[in-house]
Amino acid sequence: MSDIPSELKYASSHEWARLEDDGSIVVGITDHAQGLLGDVVYVELPEIDSDIGAGDEIAVVESVKAASDIYAPISGTIIEINDTLEDAPETVNTDCYGDGWMFRIQPSNETDYQDLMDAEAYQESIADE
Amino acid sequence: MGLKTPFHELHVDAGARMVDFGGWDMPINYGSQIEEHNAVRQDAGMFDVSHMTIVDVQGKDAKPYLRKLLANDIAKLNKPGKALYSGMLNENGGVIDDLITYFINEEFYRVVVNASTREKDLEWMQKQAQNFEVSVDHNKNYAMLAVQGPNAIEKTQAALSEQQKQAIEGLGVFFAVDTEGFFIARTGYTGEDGFEIMIPLDKVSSFWEALIKAGVQPCGLGARDTLRLEAGMNLYGQDMDENISPLEANMGWTISWEPEDRDFIGRTALTQQKAEGVKNKLAGLVLEGKGVLRPHMKVICEDGSEGEITSGTMSPTLKKSIAFARVPKTCGETVMVEMRGKQVPAKVVKACFVRKGEPLV
Repeated sequence: MSDIPSELKYASSHEWARLEDDGSIVVGITDHAQGLLGDVVYVELPEIDSDIGAGDEIAVVESVKAASDIYAPISGTIIEINDTLEDAPETVNTDCYGDGWMFRIQPSNETDYQDLMDAEAYQESIADE
Repeated sequence: MGLKTPFHELHVDAGARMVDFGGWDMPINYGSQIEEHNAVRQDAGMFDVSHMTIVDVQGKDAKPYLRKLLANDIAKLNKPGKALYSGMLNENGGVIDDLITYFINEEFYRVVVNASTREKDLEWMQKQAQNFEVSVDHNKNYAMLAVQGPNAIEKTQAALSEQQKQAIEGLGVFFAVDTEGFFIARTGYTGEDGFEIMIPLDKVSSFWEALIKAGVQPCGLGARDTLRLEAGMNLYGQDMDENISPLEANMGWTISWEPEDRDFIGRTALTQQKAEGVKNKLAGLVLEGKGVLRPHMKVICEDGSEGEITSGTMSPTLKKSIAFARVPKTCGETVMVEMRGKQVPAKVVKACFVRKGEPLV
């Protein structure tokens, strides 16, 4: 049974999103996703200041098994990336909702975030897999 | 649901994540592939390899049959229990499978072939047996477990009887011994010392549990793959197959050209290839840029010629990405690898990265 915090929003492609006080959105991958990937050995993050559209492939997580694309859950601009993952990619396995976050987006469309799934809907979506 | 090995329930009890592997339900890991990998490099780990196929070759013509069937020459084997690695080739010199043959006596050899190639191997071996007085039988009476790592031999003792301990005392590398129903071989697929053990089916649980108690880490197919890659060992179907010559797969050393009159299957084709010179080699790559090398990525040599990665991973021991790549023989010391549209530099090395826990590159 994987951990799905109720205060976060989710994309069907297994990213989580968290609304910050300043209106920006922090993104990472879910516990379910990191479990499927296995040991993460490399994370390729997007460039700061790059403009992204919801659903774009903007990052890559490499596990010992395979490379997996990470999709932007919302549209906007990348304003921060978690560059500690360069030296410690395994943080994605050990703390996927905390220190294993990946990037922060300044959204260009406020409703994008509200349109993401809540924890219950995400739970159902992975139960169907 | 796939085929299950005799260890299936023990894997599930140990928390294994099971995956399909060539029709078999096999453990990919028991939590962390990297921890399992490191256990084998630093201590001791065990792998269920019961999906591999044991073929007993018996009869008056066992020896001449295998001398025809295999590119390596089993006539080199004259001490009971001695093992030999070889390719089994087709007439074109392509690799049908790679395997290990154990010499029991002049009329009894035991061959272990891969899991994914079982049906075609048995069919081929039966077909070639037609002109010989020999029986080729799939032996289903064993489960198989590989116990590997610097402490593997010591920790395995805990699961053995006094008589078995005596039997393996001083057992040489690439030798096996038959003791109290167990067939214990000092072989492996990790670059570490250890055993590959054929276990009677009624002893499967007690043997596994004794090893767990002795502190041997269960390891999945994931760690098995990173370990063999670091050790420079080929994986059939990935690094070579029926369309690849052993001369282009780092298997030249497994071909016995002497004596010249031994007419093994594939010899004519290989002789011609050797005379004309083969175009490619299987090289090792160490990634200098960021990312992870993966099978089928395109490799571009300094002179513009191209090759392809056959196996690639992140090496837990070196903490760098490593790979085998089939490249033109003329390939220089550095190459570029195409990774998702970008070109990343890699160093060309001998395809062997770690032995007995020590980095070689």
